Amino acid sequence: MDLNFLDFERPIAELEAKIDELRFVGDDSVVNLTEEIARLRSKSESLTRSIFSNLSAWQIAQLARHPQRPHSSDYIQRIFSNFEELHGDRTYADDPAVIGGLARLEGQPVVVIGHEKGRDTKAKVKHNFGMPKPEGYRKALRLMEMAARFRLPVVTLIDTPGAYPGVGAEERGQSEAIARNLAEMAELRTPIVSAVIGEGGSGGALAIGVADRLVMLQYSIYSVISPEGCASILWKSADRAEDAAEAMGITADRLRQLKLVDEVLKEPLGGAHRDIDATAQVLKNALIAHLDGLTRLSLDELLDARYQKLMSFGRYKED
Amino acid sequence: MNWFDKLMPSRIKTQRRRRSVPEGIWSKCAECGSVLYRAEVERNSYVCPKCDYHMRVDARTRLSMFFDEGSGTEIGERLAPEDPLRFKDSRRYRDRLTQAQKETGEKDAFVAMSGELFGMPVVACAFEFRFMGGSMGSVAGERFARAGNLALSRRIPLVCFSASGGARMQEALFSLMQMSKTSAILAKLSAAGVPYVSVLTDPTTGGVSASLAMLGDLNVAEPKALIGFAGPRVIQQTVGETLPEGFQRSEFLVEHGALDMIIDRREMRERLASLLAILTRQSHPIGD
Repeated sequence: MDLNFLDFERPIAELEAKIDELRFVGDDSVVNLTEEIARLRSKSESLTRSIFSNLSAWQIAQLARHPQRPHSSDYIQRIFSNFEELHGDRTYADDPAVIGGLARLEGQPVVVIGHEKGRDTKAKVKHNFGMPKPEGYRKALRLMEMAARFRLPVVTLIDTPGAYPGVGAEERGQSEAIARNLAEMAELRTPIVSAVIGEGGSGGALAIGVADRLVMLQYSIYSVISPEGCASILWKSADRAEDAAEAMGITADRLRQLKLVDEVLKEPLGGAHRDIDATAQVLKNALIAHLDGLTRLSLDELLDARYQKLMSFGRYKED
Repeated sequence: MNWFDKLMPSRIKTQRRRRSVPEGIWSKCAECGSVLYRAEVERNSYVCPKCDYHMRVDARTRLSMFFDEGSGTEIGERLAPEDPLRFKDSRRYRDRLTQAQKETGEKDAFVAMSGELFGMPVVACAFEFRFMGGSMGSVAGERFARAGNLALSRRIPLVCFSASGGARMQEALFSLMQMSKTSAILAKLSAAGVPYVSVLTDPTTGGVSASLAMLGDLNVAEPKALIGFAGPRVIQQTVGETLPEGFQRSEFLVEHGALDMIIDRREMRERLASLLAILTRQSHPIGD
């Protein structure tokens, strides 16, 4: 796979280009360049390691939105078996910005739901860049209610810039659709594990993210508003997105420190897109472990713990 | 500020009722421009007597207009905001808070009270839009949860008047989580058969509309209130769609099935009392 490098990865990109050049020369030349290539390889790796050991919130946001970042469909394909996609909200339409269906996780029946951004231009348009309309949230709720009916745990994968801000979406009750999911998920009678795999964009993310356990991939982000949106309101300039990203503490590690996230899942060196299979395996192990813990609880214990968790969110003082 | 106000300790000062309409004998309607006699506007529930424009009112005025005279005990009044992220944009969150607290006399953008409506016990709460745009942070979420819990334990109706731009950015993800927190308590009320009436006033958008404001057994709005998930400016910018006439106004939402009804503020007390009495199977509370 041709890697697509971000701005802050430029030094790595230059090294990799050099390696490619040598390999090309190496193919039809008598000179043995293996040693030189190996040397550059290890240099590239240590450079990557050093750059990635000290990423800013904004750089992580760029990784979370990386054009090659694996999407829900990439993970569903690798983590689940017997996946059968289910369509439609039974009322208005099928929204491809949310995909979901019945599947097995290591043999265990589950319902899996995720935002889907789409890969190439055509797919992106079809999936509306992962920005759901009300019918997407209503489809998700329909599947979750079915999951509870048949006692299937729910796994949700979060990856959206946010709920779609359009005329039709407003007409059909975007606010109500999100709010309804929040209320219903709070009391859904089956375990829910949510994983932020890329972008957790505000209410549009939370609408499938009320969960017993919330995990985040290392280079994913979760925020109340996009850094650009926050910057344009508070700094009066979208160019200050970098500052906004830092101020809002949108990264997995920071949110773990603030106890808003239960676990951070390590990604391969350079990010999930460098080794999708390995990332999928890490995510799969985490999903299994969390669901295993949750299915040991009685339904009452589960719902009580979820309620306590939801009520515990917030920082305030009381004098 | 006169000399007496200056001498009074701040704790007492905040107990005073504040007014959103500027002081003075005359005020001007922001909609039709008519110059109005202040006392008349007040008597008219801050609705313009000329054009029926519903002026924005602050949380305490709202609640005192709603409850029976002299009733109203505050819930969670000792809660105050924190700054868990040490948030700073062009200004520090702490400074913004201090300023908003000074300007409004409130600790945060949300006030909750228990009281009576035509003799019926109810819990009612209201957003303070002048406090950082009525944005919902941890204090608003916790006060709402406590108000909901009180309604639940006493099995009395909950009413919330929303006026908010959405979740508070300065508390970042903590604010987002208030959406699920407030929705979770409402799910409990719903399961227990305790009525919740959401009254959406101008403006109710973002995370507040996408959580507690849309979850009423009854969703009611004041006339011509701006209500939506995304603000009209955002929709115009990101999508480039032209917005239809009256888009995201109360009347538009009734037409599209999101609201049960629009109630004129001057009838709010009577109509809600009548509705709540029916939902709680009590006799009609008004009359004699």
